[in-house]
Amino acid sequence: MNFLSLFVLLPLLTLAGLWLSKNLKQVHAVAVTGASALLILTVYLTVDFLLQRAAGNTAEMLYTASVMWFEPLNIHYAVGVDGISVSMLLLTSIILFTGVFASWTIVDQAKEYYMWFLLLTLGVYGFFISIDLFTMFMFYEVALIPMYLLIGLWGSGGKEYAAMKLTLMLMGGSAFLMIGIIGIYLNSAPEGGELTMNLLEISKVLIPMEVQRWLFPLVFIGFGVLGAMFPFHTWSPDGHASAPTAVSMLHAGVLMKLGGYGCFRVAIYLMPEAANELAWIFLTLTGISVVYGAFGAILQKDLKYINAYSSVSHCGLVLFAILMLNQTAMTGAIMQMLSHGLMTALFFALIGMIYGRTHTRNIDEMSGLMKVMPFLAVCYVIAGLASLGLPGLSGFVAEMTVFVGSWEHTDMFHRVFTVVACCSIVITAVYILRVVGKILYGEVENKHHLELGDAVWHERIPVVILIVVIAAIGMYPLLVSDMISDSLVSVIGQLAR
Amino acid sequence: MEYSIFVLLLPMIMFLFIGLLQGKLKGQSAGIIGTISMSLTTIIAYAVAFDYFFSPESKIDGIYQKIVEYNWVWLQLTENLHIDLGILLDPISCMMLVVITTVSLMVHIYSLGYMHGERGFARYYAFLSLFSFSMLGLVVATNIFQMYIFWELVGVSSYLLIGFYYTKPAAIAASKKAFIVTRFADLGFLIGILVLSFYAQSFSFTDLTAPGGVALSSAAGVSFLGASAAAWGLSLIFVGGAGKSAMFPLHIWLPDAMEGPTPVSALIHAATMVVAGVYLVARMFPLYIDAAPEVLPGIAYVGAFTSLFAAVIACFQSDIKRVLAFSTISQIGFMIVALGVSGMGGHDGLGYMAGMWHLFTHAMFKALLFLGAGAVIHAVHSNEMSAMGGLRKYMPVTHITFLIACLAIAGIPPFSGFFSKDEILSACLEFSPVMFALMAGIAGLTAFYMFRLYYRIFWSTPTDVSHHTPHEAPAVMYLPLIFLAAVTLVAGFIPFGDFVTSDGAVYHIHINWTVATISIVVAVVAIAIATVKYMKEKSKAPENPLNNVGAFYRAAYRRFYIDEVYMFVTHKIIFAYISRPIKWFDRHVVDGFMNFLAWGANALSGLIKGFQSGQVQQYAYVFVLGVIILIVIALAL
Repeated sequence: MNFLSLFVLLPLLTLAGLWLSKNLKQVHAVAVTGASALLILTVYLTVDFLLQRAAGNTAEMLYTASVMWFEPLNIHYAVGVDGISVSMLLLTSIILFTGVFASWTIVDQAKEYYMWFLLLTLGVYGFFISIDLFTMFMFYEVALIPMYLLIGLWGSGGKEYAAMKLTLMLMGGSAFLMIGIIGIYLNSAPEGGELTMNLLEISKVLIPMEVQRWLFPLVFIGFGVLGAMFPFHTWSPDGHASAPTAVSMLHAGVLMKLGGYGCFRVAIYLMPEAANELAWIFLTLTGISVVYGAFGAILQKDLKYINAYSSVSHCGLVLFAILMLNQTAMTGAIMQMLSHGLMTALFFALIGMIYGRTHTRNIDEMSGLMKVMPFLAVCYVIAGLASLGLPGLSGFVAEMTVFVGSWEHTDMFHRVFTVVACCSIVITAVYILRVVGKILYGEVENKHHLELGDAVWHERIPVVILIVVIAAIGMYPLLVSDMISDSLVSVIGQLAR
Repeated sequence: MEYSIFVLLLPMIMFLFIGLLQGKLKGQSAGIIGTISMSLTTIIAYAVAFDYFFSPESKIDGIYQKIVEYNWVWLQLTENLHIDLGILLDPISCMMLVVITTVSLMVHIYSLGYMHGERGFARYYAFLSLFSFSMLGLVVATNIFQMYIFWELVGVSSYLLIGFYYTKPAAIAASKKAFIVTRFADLGFLIGILVLSFYAQSFSFTDLTAPGGVALSSAAGVSFLGASAAAWGLSLIFVGGAGKSAMFPLHIWLPDAMEGPTPVSALIHAATMVVAGVYLVARMFPLYIDAAPEVLPGIAYVGAFTSLFAAVIACFQSDIKRVLAFSTISQIGFMIVALGVSGMGGHDGLGYMAGMWHLFTHAMFKALLFLGAGAVIHAVHSNEMSAMGGLRKYMPVTHITFLIACLAIAGIPPFSGFFSKDEILSACLEFSPVMFALMAGIAGLTAFYMFRLYYRIFWSTPTDVSHHTPHEAPAVMYLPLIFLAAVTLVAGFIPFGDFVTSDGAVYHIHINWTVATISIVVAVVAIAIATVKYMKEKSKAPENPLNNVGAFYRAAYRRFYIDEVYMFVTHKIIFAYISRPIKWFDRHVVDGFMNFLAWGANALSGLIKGFQSGQVQQYAYVFVLGVIILIVIALAL
């Protein structure tokens, strides 16, 4: 059996274990074991991947395997990873591991909750290891469905509305996507021969330009909805606001990355000619996303809304950088995915912990929390500083790589949009410092808040892990940037063909 | 000089050590550990500077060279562009090492007394270490991106220290303002880096400042809106510098930053961080001269205007730290002017040398002034002049050291400020007589407002004497004052031109006695006016300093309403006309459209669902109707 299939198998085993567990203690034990096993597996994969690369294995995808699944349509279960998928898998495992701890306080139907949670991660893992469009799409859908139940059942506030809205909008996106994928499939052998769903094989053929012109926008919008691209982002604020903590973490941290990853792996990799021709349209939209999300966050009152709009801005930068279509900017895009995934997970974890104590997320109803819960408050400040791009934390390296890469374009259009995107560093500072100043500093105005306690062990674990990883990437970016940028060579080759 | 790395490592380790253990450490021990570590750092920094200036290896043909001691690739961006971290030693970076570690050490010692018993004492020392690390990293940067990295880090340390009293609303607002205003300026810096590095294909200072402006040769002929690419890049870089160095109109954060603890103001907002902009221009100076000489006069005008503007405001402030803050802005203006009027090499490079010298002397006497002001505030528990007066009897050490600093900043020989200011004025005279006259006038204003401050604190009769008798500061606080005063006494006699010049060659300083005479006369007259006006003054009633004053006084006291303009732009324009409409648009138009789609689907299903009523009669009716329609269609065809 292929080594990568463990990423599907382990969540399945964990699911079975959860199904068999009898009480909350066992549920927690199984979930932690499963998440740790996956984390160890991912770390092992990363090390082995780097060793293989160092040993001179230059194949585009490593650990490839392909099993015939449905002969008449030539559908395979095909897997393989490159540096980009590896970094995404690493992100997923970290968020899963920390998310398990962040869900510790859920006792109501905890077993079912963890099962859906694991099913969601299974979809995510499957998506990142797939190199067959069909398998990819299937795992994509597997990741979307549990979201509906997780928000609808364990959420808060207007959860039914939010869950429905999120699911319908993302499903709308996948409808586009499905047409796109079928279109690609039907054009995967323009000179005759067998049609295929395999990414690597399709990348070798030239899909006719007049078809690409139609399919590229479909696929890009399909994935762009999940990547919170303007104007398809409105599911994000409502969805995040209602979702339970760990689901927000996983959703903003990983699931939104499926959008960026898909745009990159399917839309641009398979249809580079259309990407060159049509990038400007989406560049405009994502450029708007970057500043629009940031301005949108300034006046929000709800912590989760602020973070959701900030995600629109940061994820907008991911797609923006991908559309710059050069190696530096794309490296920055993938690093921004990692960085945003980690820091937004940290934010949502902290917001969940603060909400669990104060029972409000309205920034006007909190103040002086630094005095009451210093650990959580300091971590919130660190998360904020990462978000506004402080050097030494991951946001800075990602943003700077994006900006330097974007500036490589010499025409006025790209220059103007790069400057516009750069402006986000100032706007981000405004809304981050506003929140920090309002809720953490000052005197405690609500006397009930004086009795609140600081973080306990199962809250400290996820927060510390996330901060350590954010700082590690921020201080030693070569850790990931080389791995990512090496893997981009093939895409750049595609774009220049 | 491999050991120069410890100058950075020690403060960084100290930050992590105190920062992570602050809960465990007893307050005072954190301070003592931090101070000991800072002393070691200072010794190492002095050794590095001594080695650099006096060892033969750093000179080739009598010209100081840039020595890249360390350089590691930190992040590879494109084929040619990579961000490095390293240590670059050259005359200005070595001079800055001395300035930063000296003032930082003095502040560390002083704070042991000043911050004694404060909540968060350990946190304070952790932040001081973070700041020292960042500032030292900034000055030894080997490339412009490393400088940007540490530039942001000093920004955040400054944010954290201004907001040290985080329960005080004014401190929170001030820290936020400082960060956002400088962030805005950094946007210019960042885009400037992008522009320059795009053409130079390098971030390294060695490449960028290579003689003859070869770095930007590929940008020749590229222009945008009538200015060359080099001019754009270098102007944008200066915007970044102007933000940190509080040049008009980006100066508004500095006076508010005085909400931080006073020793912090001395270290960050008087001596080191605020001169980072000056340092940046000095660092890039060869490129300014070679690639965009037309930018330099612009820089000089910005500096001159800021200097005048701040000096005028300083004459009307009543909070002693605010006076010092505006005086800092004004003095940095002098340094910027000096760089702006300078040329390259030998006597042409006089302005450069003078600017750097003034940076050095100013750092010492302004830190002294702030620490002295801190001792006064410590004694009377107020920042307002109205609460002071006659303090010379109670605080003799503070009084004498403060007077020395005032004489230095006023430009009276033999104190250090006289020499450096004199060189700046000489350089201005060679640029244009108007500039000289203007700067000499500002020097007069400086002398006036400093002695207004001095007399109001130490001489005039206080009205508000309800508090207990003021007392001299403890030794741990006045020893740094004495040290800095000693430096101020001797710094003027350093043959500065032997060490720091625009081209690295030795330049022999001559005092231009015409200029010196004019500037001394101006200063003496200004001090005389201040003496007459304020020495015997009975200080005003503390209620409202704006009673019975003219419109100009009122405007100057309110700092010419620049802050109000900013508040108007951010709140009334950006928040109200950009953010709020976006919020509305997002909820009602973008999201409204999605909800409309959902509503549409719902309504459509409501229309069609009637067909599935379950009534056989209705089905039969529709069936028959359908058949008839089909027949009609068939017949029509």
